[in-house]
Amino acid sequence: MVSFKQKDIISIRHFNKEELLYILDLAKRMEQADNTNILRGKVLASLFFEPSTRTRLSFESAMKRLGGTVIGFAESGVTSVAKGESLSDSVKIIEGYCDIIVLRHYLEGSAQLAADVVDIPVINAGDGANQHPTQTFLDLYTIQKTKGTLEGLTVGFLGDLKYGRTVHSLAYALSYFGAEMFFISPPSLRMPRDCTDELKDRKVKCHENESLHGISKKLDVIYCTRIQKERFADPVEFEKVRGVYRLSKAMLDEIGIKDDLKILHPLPRVDEMDGSLDKTNFAVYFQQARNGIPVRKALLAAVLGAAE
Amino acid sequence: MKQLDVSAIKDGSVIDHIDSKSTLKVAEILNIQNEEQVVLVGMNLASKFLGKKGIIKIGGKIIDQKEVNKIALIAPDATVNIIKDYEVVKKFRVVVPEVIENIVKCFNPNCVSNYHNIEPKLHVVNKNPIKLRCHYCERVMNSKDIVLI
Repeated sequence: MVSFKQKDIISIRHFNKEELLYILDLAKRMEQADNTNILRGKVLASLFFEPSTRTRLSFESAMKRLGGTVIGFAESGVTSVAKGESLSDSVKIIEGYCDIIVLRHYLEGSAQLAADVVDIPVINAGDGANQHPTQTFLDLYTIQKTKGTLEGLTVGFLGDLKYGRTVHSLAYALSYFGAEMFFISPPSLRMPRDCTDELKDRKVKCHENESLHGISKKLDVIYCTRIQKERFADPVEFEKVRGVYRLSKAMLDEIGIKDDLKILHPLPRVDEMDGSLDKTNFAVYFQQARNGIPVRKALLAAVLGAAE
Repeated sequence: MKQLDVSAIKDGSVIDHIDSKSTLKVAEILNIQNEEQVVLVGMNLASKFLGKKGIIKIGGKIIDQKEVNKIALIAPDATVNIIKDYEVVKKFRVVVPEVIENIVKCFNPNCVSNYHNIEPKLHVVNKNPIKLRCHYCERVMNSKDIVLI
């Protein structure tokens, strides 16, 4: 039997298919049932050493909607870290004030370090460019909800695939469900080799492309990410790729897509997705952001033992 | 009688079947420059299995487990012979452990293990060729990325 009680949520790699599906099912129940008081008396410490809007607020909202309370900070400048305290010492102290820690930190591996030094559960809300597992749970939930299944989908990942932590985690998670994957990016922002090697080891059919042309009609899902200007040494190079990876309704009409295609984006977007898509049936990115609440409610309830 | 390419030692350790190109790295791990007894290093010696191999003989020293673990990362086919009175009293092949602690530094400059005096910890994903995954940041390192502490 699957149990998440007292488990840390650090990396999507730590979960098997059954565990992923358990959380998605629980998230569905969280949307349907009244669960207002199941975490009454529990305290969440929300430790954000790096700025965040959606993740921080949706965690805090989820905790409060389940009857719990939240303490914490949204920037490290107001903490003892600014006085030189180590992350290990900070979390050991804070452990005494709460039942669960949600941590975002700019150093990769920081959530694992925290989980190793405290006895209460730690949820990784993003550790540098490494993992953001709760985003992956909500991406999976959105795909399952809008496509009706996670099994056997053809998924295109578009944009900055080199630095996009959400892409790496989602691709890994989808490997449990027999997905075929297309990685569409400029050559300088390709999926890291160790990610594609790992997917191939897991028998995933994956392909690398530089544009959507020729493959767009095969895709059930497009997972779009922002191409960041600061990743390019030469601004001219950035201008060249920016247009190629800008999705609009007219562009999709021109290249041809499936009628039931769904487009996801972890947001924030800048100009990689035109507003003309927002009101189409393809766009599910705002729904995806809202799904942060039931998914994070499910994770908090499961880890704090209120879901069993 | 078989002619030895590298002279025998009376007591100590012999590290044999080192991939020839890794011989000097293994010598570095063993910190041979600080040894006071006989140290013999041979490279490009004929080997049935490796084509060319390296060998290191250190008089008066029994190598420890931490050194064996380090050697396994650099020369996974190496064998260790412990010598007493010109006789081999113990012979074993180096084995890459499942988890490597405080031996290899994570190559990711943004990894938390490179800050706050944290002891690095890596999980072995593949033994030969060596592939390590950082316990903290999950980056995968190949042999070319390995920096020994």
